[in-house]
Parts: sequence; C-alpha cells; structure tokens
Amino acid sequence: MSGEKQIVRPYGDTTGDGMVQVSFTLPVTHDKRAEGAAVQLANKMGMDPAMVVHAKPMGDGFTFFVVYGRVNHLVDLNAVQVVERDFALLSAKDVNTVIKQRLRRKLSVVGACIGTDAHTVGIDAILNVKGIAGEKGLEYYRELKVTNMGAQVSVPELVETARAEKADAVLVSQVVTQRDAHLHNTREMSAAFREAMPAGRRPLLIVGGPRFDETMTDELGVDRIFGRGTTPGEVASYLVHALITQRKAMA
Amino acid sequence: MTGKLDLDPVLVARARELARRAGQPVVDLARSHTTVSVERAVLRLAGVTGADPDGIPWVNRLVDAVAADVGLGHGVAVPVFDALVREGSTDVTLLAQKAAAGSVRFTQPTGRAATAARSAARKAVGAGIRRIDRRRAERDRLVKRHGDPAQRPWIYLIVATGDIYEDIPQAQAAARAGADVIAVIRSTGQSLLDYVPEGATREGFAGTYATQENFRLMRAALDESSKEVGRYVRLTNYASGLCMPEMATLAGLERLDMMLNDSMYGILFRDINPVRTFVDQRFSRQVHARAGIIINTGEDNYLTTADAVDEAHTVTVSQLLNEFFAHEAGLADWQLGLGHAFEINPEVPESFRLELAHALLARELFPDAPLKWMPPTKHMTGDVFRGNLLDGFFNLAGALTGQGILLVGMMTEAVVTPWLSDRDIALQNVRYVLGAAGGLHEDFVPAPGGFIRRRANQVLGEALDLLERIGEQTLLTAIAEGTFGIMKRPADRGKGLSGVAAHEADYCNPATDILEAAA
Repeated sequence: MSGEKQIVRPYGDTTGDGMVQVSFTLPVTHDKRAEGAAVQLANKMGMDPAMVVHAKPMGDGFTFFVVYGRVNHLVDLNAVQVVERDFALLSAKDVNTVIKQRLRRKLSVVGACIGTDAHTVGIDAILNVKGIAGEKGLEYYRELKVTNMGAQVSVPELVETARAEKADAVLVSQVVTQRDAHLHNTREMSAAFREAMPAGRRPLLIVGGPRFDETMTDELGVDRIFGRGTTPGEVASYLVHALITQRKAMA
Repeated sequence: MTGKLDLDPVLVARARELARRAGQPVVDLARSHTTVSVERAVLRLAGVTGADPDGIPWVNRLVDAVAADVGLGHGVAVPVFDALVREGSTDVTLLAQKAAAGSVRFTQPTGRAATAARSAARKAVGAGIRRIDRRRAERDRLVKRHGDPAQRPWIYLIVATGDIYEDIPQAQAAARAGADVIAVIRSTGQSLLDYVPEGATREGFAGTYATQENFRLMRAALDESSKEVGRYVRLTNYASGLCMPEMATLAGLERLDMMLNDSMYGILFRDINPVRTFVDQRFSRQVHARAGIIINTGEDNYLTTADAVDEAHTVTVSQLLNEFFAHEAGLADWQLGLGHAFEINPEVPESFRLELAHALLARELFPDAPLKWMPPTKHMTGDVFRGNLLDGFFNLAGALTGQGILLVGMMTEAVVTPWLSDRDIALQNVRYVLGAAGGLHEDFVPAPGGFIRRRANQVLGEALDLLERIGEQTLLTAIAEGTFGIMKRPADRGKGLSGVAAHEADYCNPATDILEAAA
C-alpha cells in the first residue's frame, strides 16, 4: 500500500460537490424552530450548507426531516481498513473436486442459530439446498456433509453435535442483536469449544449475520466472520481454503 | 364463487375433499391425545392464577404434580377437583401451592367420588368459559359503539419494543396514524417456553413477552384509543409455540381480537413435535371459536424459506388444511384470516402478475374469509427506496384482490426494527394506495384465457396434485418428508413431545366437553 493519500468526496451531480442526503426524526413539534433544529443538527454533522427539503409532523411531538447538503469531510481511500477476501472463489464443482482429491472424505459442516435467536433465514440461506439469490446452499455440494440444527440451539447441544458429526467446521448464524446478544452468544460458543476440545481438534468456527463487524474475529474467538450479503459459494470456498488448501500449504 | 378466475368448481370441491381426507387422521389423533398445555389451559379456565416465587405458573406446578401421581392420560381436571373436594376447599390456586409443596396426593377417583369431582370441575371450568363469553359480548358492544374500520383491508401494524409500557404509547400512536389492528410481537424464543410468563414485563428480545397482564394492559389502552379515533382498534397476539392452548385461553379472557394460530407453523419453523402441535392447535381453535377471535394462519412463512413461484401451491394446500382444521374446531369463515404473502423475487419476469394470480386465487377459493396479506420480506435488500416501491406494489396487489387484513410492510425490513418514521412512511404508502385505488378490485377482472387466469388455475392444479400425494401417504408423513417449506419434521421428534399423552378410557376434559357441546 502506498502512503499516498487518495481523497474522495460524496458525489451529487458534479465531481467534488460533496452532496449527501439524510433523513431523521426529532422529538419536537413541527414549526419554524423545529426546521431550524434540523439545520443545526445537519451543520454539526458537517453539512454546510444544509437544506431542509421535507419536514413532516408525525404523531404528537415528532417531526420527520429530509435534508440535502454539502459535507466538508474528506475520505482517504488509502486509510480505509476492511477484511478483503483472502481466498479464491471456487465453483461448486471445484469445491467438490478439491475436497474429494485432497481430503478424501466428506467435509462435515454443522450449522445452527444459537441462543434465543429464532431467525433461521441466514443459516438456511447458506445451508439449505435452496440457497440464496439463485446460488445453491451447502447441502447441494456433494462432498459436504451438512447438519442443520435449526433455531434456538443451546451451546452444549451444538458442541455435542459437532463432536458426534466430527465437524470440520461449525457455522453459527446470529440475526438478533438486541443488547448485543449476537456478540455474547458468539463468545459463549467459542469459549465452549475451546473448553471442550484441544486446539488441534477444534472445528473451524464461523459466525455470520448482518450486524457483525468482520474484523472482530480475535475478540470473539472465532476463525471467520461473514457479514451481510455473503453467499454459500463464498462460505464453501473459504472452507476449502481454510481446511485444505491453506492447511496443506502450512504443513 | 365470484368467478374472476373461472376456477372449475369440481376441482375446488375435490381439493376440499382431499384436504378433509388428509386432515381427518390428524383430527383423530388430536381427539385421542392431550398435552400438558391443554391441561394447563383447563386449569386456567377453572381459575388457577399466578406463579411461584421463581416465576413458574401454578398451573405448571399443578399439572406436573398430577402427572407425577396419576399421569396425564386421565386429564388433570378430575384428580384436581377430587383432591379439592377431599380438602373441602374451592380454591384451586391454593391447592396448586399445596401440591407444589408436596402436601397433596392425587388419585384418579372412581364411582361417586369421580362423579362429584367431574361435576365440580365442570362447574369451575364452565365459569371460566362464561367469562370468555362475556368478553365476546363486550367486544360486540364496543364494535357497535365505535364501529369497524371504514375500509377493507384492515390495516395491521406491529409494535415490538420488549417493554409493554413503551409498546402502549407506540400502539396508541399507530392507531391514531390509521392502524386498525395492533400486533404485539412476542419476544424471540417465547414459543419454546413451556410456560406462560406472569405479570407486566419490561424486557424482551425483539419483542414483548405475551402475558395475561400485558394482554390486559394493552387491551385497556386500545379501548381508550378506540374511543378517541372512533373505530374499534383490534389487538393481536400469538397462539403458537408450546403454550398455544393457554395463549388462546388468556386471549379469550382478556378480549384479544385476533391470534396468530397456524396448524403447522410450530412444527415446520420451531421444530415442535407434530403431535403436540396438532393436539394443542385443535384445543386452541375451539377456544378461539368460542371467543369470537379471528385466527391468522402462517402460510407466508413457507414462501420465506421456499421459492414463492415454485412452491405457490403449498400455500394453497396449507390454506385448505387450515380451513379444514378450523371448521372442524368450530371456527366460522369470518374467523379465518388465512395467510399468504408477496414474496416473489422482483427480478422474476411478470412477478407482479404472478402475485396477483396467487392472491386472487386465495380470494376466490375462500370468498368469506378475511385473508391476511403479508408484505415482502425475503427480497427486501436494505435499499429502502426500492423497498418502499415494492411495498407500494404489495399494497396495490392487496387492493386489487380484495384482501381482508393487510400487514403494513416496512421499507426497513431486514435493516432495523421499525423506527417511528419508518412506520409513518409505510402508513403513508398504504393510505395513498387505498385512497387512490381502494375500490379497484371491483374493476379488476383478469382477461379470460390470460396470464393471470392461467397461472391461478395452474397453481390450483399443482395444489390438487400435492393433496393427492399427501392422501396416499398421510399428512404426518408429508410433514416428515419436508413437503412444506422444505423442512423435514418426523412425528417422533421435535420439542414438547414429552408433554403429550394418549387419552385413558376415562379421560375427562370439561372445557372440551363444553366447547364441543356448543358447536
């Protein structure tokens, strides 16, 4: 990475115009003062000038605003930190071939929604044959043995099933984030696996959900975090990378 | 039949007959089994209230104590009232407390003692059912006084903060903004609790616990709102999960107006044991029938896990099964909020015409049911602008096909639990569409031989094929093999199985006796 700065600003209709649009609600009755308050907030957010283009009273004592304006903030692309995909994206056929030739047995995956989270939409999108957005789920991969435990699975149940299925990888989905339940549940899960199995015997621990920060793997004690928009193909490719390609390369 | 789709009445009758044939063995199963939750509901009707210091309801403690002494298969009513007669008391809650402390032994009486116990039980349970009757009469009076919503569909809005005291002002604000029905979403995970929490609650996960006190508080608040807005604002909760019969009972006692109550949802989406579900479901529907509660079924959920085009016919099949089970339990057509949803991938060519075909098919098959029309969730991407447009088309489809209950879609679906402004924008969307095109169903008659008619008839044909296949193997096998919503649910697995018991020859359930005598 070069140390050089690469600066961009938001784009409205002209390069460098810095135009953005935001909407928010203030707990005040709609009047002149309320619109002034919206401008003040927008100014403090770095929007100057800020134009209140829409203000609408909602119920008792609330007003909804849409504000357009120019922000004075700059973005340095070279200072952006993200988790880039560090593995090759493989087709289902290639995934099967690698597993068959190099692992010489089926790769066992156990998936669940843990805690009180009953939203199986994430784990089902990744595991069910049906998949998501036209891409088939992991059950479709001939060389993967998938156990989908469904919703509201307790951590001990998950550990037990992972042991019984000789899981190479454990996939956990967390959608509910009230009071950081997704973070607490994930930490509880990774701690339970650390306690139950020695380091070399532990399955790969993967969590996914729309509200995870993908850089928090160490903090949560997992091997990988997948955020919104992850496809089954990405997960399968990662499994092959982490469990076969990379491991063999390191050995 | 209003005849907008030119459905073959012979095929429609055949579909209903096949649904009956598939459902009847399940009804027989339900009639010959009981569950811990059915028995707890009987005790709630008989007047047992409250919970122990750990928050475990006395009905749970009492049912567990009876089951430990004589098993569940006789029904708990007779052993409980036998003990009460022997104790010379009429306070069932006090008996529950004694039983929990281990100071009462239960037996299954015979002869005169049995007759006395049965008659005492029937009297106590009868008093509970009369309370439900009074709440129903009260609703009728209030609907007469305040009136029903001016338009169909009724506008159904969800609140869910976890704190009942936060839900109340939100629900009242929603009523002022035009909501006709308020649903208080339950805390995630409540469906798998094998007891009903007690009291007013202020903490929940992605929803508010359903408790009798929360029901009472919200109903009282909406009675105020009804007076204020000049129309009766209805309240909805969930008779689903492991405590379905008790939820139905509490809803009847606290004058809730609608209950989510699907025949298969718990099996498919919560992995609750199929037998447990069907037994609980039948009892809960009998209570709903008596209480004048409109049930909402959960067909929308199939389409969130399976493809909304390929699996459209599973919705029709489930609606037919739900209708059969509902009628069998004594519910009238006006109480059947059969569900379906706008979940076709918007990238599919002609997706809106397909939606219209499916929605109109439901309308034509169930002309007297207040169909529940559910908004897009699966293809809401986080692009709130596109989401708002999609919701507009959903609202339009609802208006065009004469839906009965419209659950307001949120453009922030899959992003956040709805904000105040999200709800306002969503209601604005609904008001615009209903205001601009609310009567369009009068003019909307798909062209003979056209796309919509052909598609609707195709889905009906596929539904018939599936019903024929179910008929060959039984409904429980079909569920075990993943026919609905892809999930496989065998009858000997799933949560809550240990709470199921086959009836003994002398099984007695005064609630069922009273409810069935009326039907």
